[in-house]
Amino acid sequence: MTAVLEVSNLSKHYGGIAAVDGVTFEVFEGEILGIIGPNGSGKSTLFNCILGQASPSAGEVKLDGKPVTGMRPCDLNRHGVGRTFQMLQVFPALSVRENLILAGQEHQGTAVGRLFGRADAGLSATVERMIEFFRLTPVADLRAGGLSFGQQKLLDCAMAFMAGPRLVLLDEPAGGVNPTMLGSLGERLRALNAEHRATFVVIEHNMEFVMSLCTRILVLAEGKIIAEGPPEQVRRDPKVIEAYLGN
Amino acid sequence: MTLQRLAVPGAILAGIIALALAPYGLKNYGISILGLWAVTTIAAIGLNLTLGYAGQVSLAQGAFVGIGAYATAILMAKGVPFGATLLLSGLLCFAIGWLLGYPALRVQHHYLAFVTLAFATLAFLVFRNEQWLTGGIYGISGIRRPVILGWNTAPERAYFHFCLIMLVLVSGFVWWIVRSPWGRAFLALRENPVRAASLGVDTRRYTLMAFAIGAGIGGVAGALYAPLVTYIDPVPFALSFSLNLLLMVIVGGGGYFFGPFVGAMIAVLLPEWLRFAQGLYLVAYAAAVMVLLVFWPSGIMGILDRLLRPADPNQGAAR
Amino acid sequence: MESLLYLVLAGLMTGAIYALVAIGFTLLWQTSQTINFAQGEFAMLPAFFMLVALNLKLPLWLAILLGVGVSILLLGLAFKRLLVDPMLRHGVLPLAIATMALAIFLKESVKEFYSAEAQRFPSLFPEQKVDVGGAMISIQSIGVFLVAIAAVVALQLFLSRTRTGRSMQAVAQNPTVARILGVPVERMILLTFAINAALVALASALVTPIYLAKFSNGEVLGMAAFVAAIVGGFNQIRGAIAGGFLLGIVDNIAAAYVSTQYRAAIPLLILIVVIMVRPQGLLGRAEERTV
Repeated sequence: MTAVLEVSNLSKHYGGIAAVDGVTFEVFEGEILGIIGPNGSGKSTLFNCILGQASPSAGEVKLDGKPVTGMRPCDLNRHGVGRTFQMLQVFPALSVRENLILAGQEHQGTAVGRLFGRADAGLSATVERMIEFFRLTPVADLRAGGLSFGQQKLLDCAMAFMAGPRLVLLDEPAGGVNPTMLGSLGERLRALNAEHRATFVVIEHNMEFVMSLCTRILVLAEGKIIAEGPPEQVRRDPKVIEAYLGN
Repeated sequence: MTLQRLAVPGAILAGIIALALAPYGLKNYGISILGLWAVTTIAAIGLNLTLGYAGQVSLAQGAFVGIGAYATAILMAKGVPFGATLLLSGLLCFAIGWLLGYPALRVQHHYLAFVTLAFATLAFLVFRNEQWLTGGIYGISGIRRPVILGWNTAPERAYFHFCLIMLVLVSGFVWWIVRSPWGRAFLALRENPVRAASLGVDTRRYTLMAFAIGAGIGGVAGALYAPLVTYIDPVPFALSFSLNLLLMVIVGGGGYFFGPFVGAMIAVLLPEWLRFAQGLYLVAYAAAVMVLLVFWPSGIMGILDRLLRPADPNQGAAR
Repeated sequence: MESLLYLVLAGLMTGAIYALVAIGFTLLWQTSQTINFAQGEFAMLPAFFMLVALNLKLPLWLAILLGVGVSILLLGLAFKRLLVDPMLRHGVLPLAIATMALAIFLKESVKEFYSAEAQRFPSLFPEQKVDVGGAMISIQSIGVFLVAIAAVVALQLFLSRTRTGRSMQAVAQNPTVARILGVPVERMILLTFAINAALVALASALVTPIYLAKFSNGEVLGMAAFVAAIVGGFNQIRGAIAGGFLLGIVDNIAAAYVSTQYRAAIPLLILIVVIMVRPQGLLGRAEERTV
């Protein structure tokens, strides 16, 4: 197994507080890695440091063995790293189709080509496949802002996959999604993983969802990794139970 | 093609024809005011790209118009043909915009407002003080209207028609940008720059381009302005002109394609009709702008948009 | 040509005024993300309130007091309630644009309803000059400097020593945390607007005897306040103070050694250089980059 992403000794301090404290882990090609942990354990900060949204105080991030620490988010995305955010982040004024074109266009051709070329940046076929794959066909021409929460969540994920990334970091994909929609979201993610060998890192609070989806799980508490392993093992780990139930 | 789909292009065509015929019922003074409207609209279209579509506040659009006007006046006096000065004015302002925006946008977006504010004031000082180049407070007079491909634009009506053609061309250019992937990227970085960056949108470069292209269009407007008035001095290019252009875009409706047309109409034509009110006009105008901003921040086009399509909340954004 | 000492002393006087205007500008930004492009006009207008009172034959001290009071009501509370509150929900930049319209409104109103001509304004201090280490400085300048410094020191003491002042600082640094800690955030923000209005009214009373009262005074004062605030550090009150003094001194030296035509350009060049080299300002902390 080859490591797609290597995170070594990553730390992020805010004033005197360490939100992330010397975290080291690897993400292997084709796996679905879950990251869980109580509120405020540093999961989102960890994502932000990996993805260039925040600059880490110490440590290194490597993508395919090449250092990418502090790389701008847009450049990282063009190196094949997609992401979703904890809060919904679709563009409400654009239609579903337009949202998807936007998510793919920067990976097509040159800047000058995007100015003088086709308005859809030649992405229509990919967009149609995505719409079908995420079952958004009935709403494809509606404003994204008018969609139901679950549909927006699907669109959010679809946007992260538009450019065919090798690695996708999902921040709480299940948050606020109703059980029916959650089932189809999990199924779609597993399908992407199986069909396209896409690698995932998933932050999640919904234990049932994360245990059924992920092949391996990291547990974060107070900025440090306290446990790591397959879902069954992590579920029984006394340290994890203590961190969640707290003192 | 349904009738509905023909409505918008039809209305635009009718508008262009009406504008082209308008000078025939007007005296020279009226025609020159219409020309001023066309040129101001071009400058506002450029700023709308920066402010309305990409969400960046520039307080230097008036200065770019000034730079374009002076560049054209100076180069034409040296015998450079108008076509070349028009192009050079646009390119010069594009380059200055790029150089100015680069350091400001590196930091935080509202810094562009401060840098452009400082730049507009500096540009005015240069216009006023560099007598060897700009004629200082006496300005440059006797700017001649060009002969374009054998068409003499010296008569008031001909020059207005030329400005109208330029307005159509610039509008077409901006329409093209707005509907291209660039336009989508501009909108994305205005609405949510963090998400845009996570989708590979190089927000810094796009912001810079939106500002520099807007500045370049300001330069083109300036190049058209100089022969329109045939005499330029520093006064019209003071900071207040930049502020005025900004308010035009906001009043018309930032981010709406036809916003600048409406905004410029209110700022250029209305004072002419309300001349009796003089100074009071500006007081009332500023007050009206504040009321508009509080209640309808999307401007007049925003109000029209809502009135025309009230029952269609799910329509894809057509602005 | 005046001596360098004279220029520095004169610069301290101008700088104290700039600092007063810049502190308020910074306070509004810190507590409620208000970039007030009308700050210069805010410093121009109170002198006209005072002139109206003087025209009613009131004594100068009472006119100034009334002017400060009216400023707090109009430029503080009314500004906050009628423009800032409704605009802030549309965003930081729309609010900034609304303050630009306000600037035009205030300037044109004074021009239209009072006068387009510069008006004489009585001074609190006598005209005589005294010898300060060889430089002849007017008592007026010294008085202006001392009053402005007293105001700045009083504000600093208020912010650091009183409970209310510390609550205000908490709001400036992090409104969310302040709210959790039980600070009445809304009232504190309103108080900042009142303090800003009082500061600009004081600056107006101090500077107008020297510059004369004119509707266009705000252009110079406003630009000076922006530059001072940004050069000093946008997120620091002490930055605004340092920036104000620096600018005042540079301004006076530039007036003497650089051509008078380009005197106004020097602060702007400093602004552009600071933004390029040290964007967080001379005393500011670097903020996390947003994009």
